Amino acid sequence: MDAFLAALTLRAGYNAALVAIGAGLLGFAAGLVGNFLFLRKRSLVGDAIAHATLPGVALAFLVMVALGGDGRNLAGLLAGSAATAGIGLLAVDWIARRTRLTEDAAIGAVLSAFFGFGVVLMTVIQTLPRGRQAGLESFLLGSTAGMLYLDALIIAGGGALCVSLALLLRRPMTMVSFDPGYAQSRGIDLRAIDLAMMGLVMAVTVVGLKLVGLVLIVALLIIPPAAARFWTDRSERMLWIAGAIGAASGYVGAALSASAPDLPTGPVIVLLCFALFCVSLLLAPERGLLATALRRRAYARALARRDGLLALASRRNLSQTARRVLLADGLIGANGAATPSGVREAALAARDERRWELARTLRDADPAIAAHDGVSPVEKALTADMIAEIDRRLAEG
Amino acid sequence: MTATATAREGVFASDPDSRPGPLVVSGLTVSYGRAPALIGVDLAIAPGSMTAIVGPNGAGKSTLLKAVIGVAPVVAGDIRVFGETLARVRDRVAYVPQRASVDWDFPARVIDVVTMGLYRELGPFGFVRRRHREAAMAHLDRVGMADFAQRQIGQLSGGQQQRVFLARALAQKADLYLLDEPLAGVDAATERAVVAVLHGLRAEGACIVAVHHDLATLRDYFDHVALINRRLVAQGPTAETLTAENLQRTYGGLLAGTQIGRIEIAYAARER
Repeated sequence: MDAFLAALTLRAGYNAALVAIGAGLLGFAAGLVGNFLFLRKRSLVGDAIAHATLPGVALAFLVMVALGGDGRNLAGLLAGSAATAGIGLLAVDWIARRTRLTEDAAIGAVLSAFFGFGVVLMTVIQTLPRGRQAGLESFLLGSTAGMLYLDALIIAGGGALCVSLALLLRRPMTMVSFDPGYAQSRGIDLRAIDLAMMGLVMAVTVVGLKLVGLVLIVALLIIPPAAARFWTDRSERMLWIAGAIGAASGYVGAALSASAPDLPTGPVIVLLCFALFCVSLLLAPERGLLATALRRRAYARALARRDGLLALASRRNLSQTARRVLLADGLIGANGAATPSGVREAALAARDERRWELARTLRDADPAIAAHDGVSPVEKALTADMIAEIDRRLAEG
Repeated sequence: MTATATAREGVFASDPDSRPGPLVVSGLTVSYGRAPALIGVDLAIAPGSMTAIVGPNGAGKSTLLKAVIGVAPVVAGDIRVFGETLARVRDRVAYVPQRASVDWDFPARVIDVVTMGLYRELGPFGFVRRRHREAAMAHLDRVGMADFAQRQIGQLSGGQQQRVFLARALAQKADLYLLDEPLAGVDAATERAVVAVLHGLRAEGACIVAVHHDLATLRDYFDHVALINRRLVAQGPTAETLTAENLQRTYGGLLAGTQIGRIEIAYAARER
């Protein structure tokens, strides 16, 4: 516990601090980039890219060993992973564009072929005299153990670069995600933006390879935006929330892993991320399950209130629920008679109900009329010109 | 109007006395891979006109608009917008795609969508400032949607969504508006509001080209019409072009003779 707190507050040594900051930046970048991937509905492309890094790592190791190095240089391994990930990405893009196959089929084919090739190469490396100590397995699930200062610097710098690029391209990427046809009509190059987006995914994947591992890096791209979607209905807020969720998981996860070196870092980060997802799913005020349940209750109450007000206006008997609600709102007194505000509200509700009734008789009417929830006043659901028309017809009788 | 009538011969495009037309299409062939979607289409849109693109399903109406904005794969032909290639006058052309072409559950409010129309002013990197928001509100007001600015777009009805798309196009302050089925599946009030805005734009000197599917309202809304079915069948002022013969040639067996007859009777009755 003390070790964890020390790591969390950046007092566990210079390297560990740099790793934690790097993981935070990486998580932030993954959240931002993943957000656009999520909005573009192409989250799984990230998985293909991640799996396509494995042969690159293995090939880079073999090449470095053949050239007389020890093969464990992180920059070299990452460069190799970026090379095959890029080839995989272009392969997916090419198959989806040039053949009649859909993108998910292209992803499945590329992902398994590249990963299979990577596993074969890894097996070959295991048989080499130097292979066993190479520690390439850590690229599968991630690890902070034995990370050098330079490695941490690469992760922190790469993460920061991805963050800046994602923020710089946020508007064209958002426009392309919402309405590609319109974005193109404004002169945005769809292919260039899509490739830039995938390039960013590739960069995040490569930077996160050592820390999170290629099997789980895709989770860091998908879970933060999925969690952020519960919190807001606005894409620019979603962007920051996704970034924050990713950053928190990365930072805390790396600290946890540094204090318990046997734990693989990737799963720790991803589990933390998933925990934040669960919290969002349950408690987020916009689309969370709790908020949805509360809204249903509020709606039931509003229906009862409306029913009661209409009963007051037409001097019908109040149902028991309606009586309780009206009493609580001070619209009727204890004797069941309407208070002055109750009289006013009842008149308003009655007028609104007449407007809705007339609205439903209109030909070619706005579907918003048929979809009326039975509670909202016309002003909240219909446009002013339509209300004017309704009132004109009401006046005509 | 002689200019429009002779456009098929290309005179309009090259007439040195007239300013370049808003949109001149010559020999346009578009193909997505198999059978071409458009074949050798010549089209000249008159300045300050409001033109309906009319034809059966799959006739290439949407494709024509997409070719103009540079999205559809053009195999052959030439497209001139205000006498230039599109790239040079892109900001003078506003495109309104079909409403169903986007996912309305996208996390955006009404005002956010309209703000996208300010892309030229904002640029790829700029921040949205108060004056941008005020401009977006003014355009929303013009389509009667100012009260809905903060609403999530998924909560809108189809007609309201169409108005938001129109407001986004207005934000561009274009000279040529290309609208893909702006009146398809909208309520009567929205239809009136959209047509009023389009007529207002025409009065301000803009040129409107819209894919339209309702033959019954064609004469009321549009002063020009282009009938297409992969090829151009006829184009010109609505009153002269919308004949039973031309409709029959456009729709072939798809439009029963009785239906054309009914439309003709309706028009004749109105003119009397």
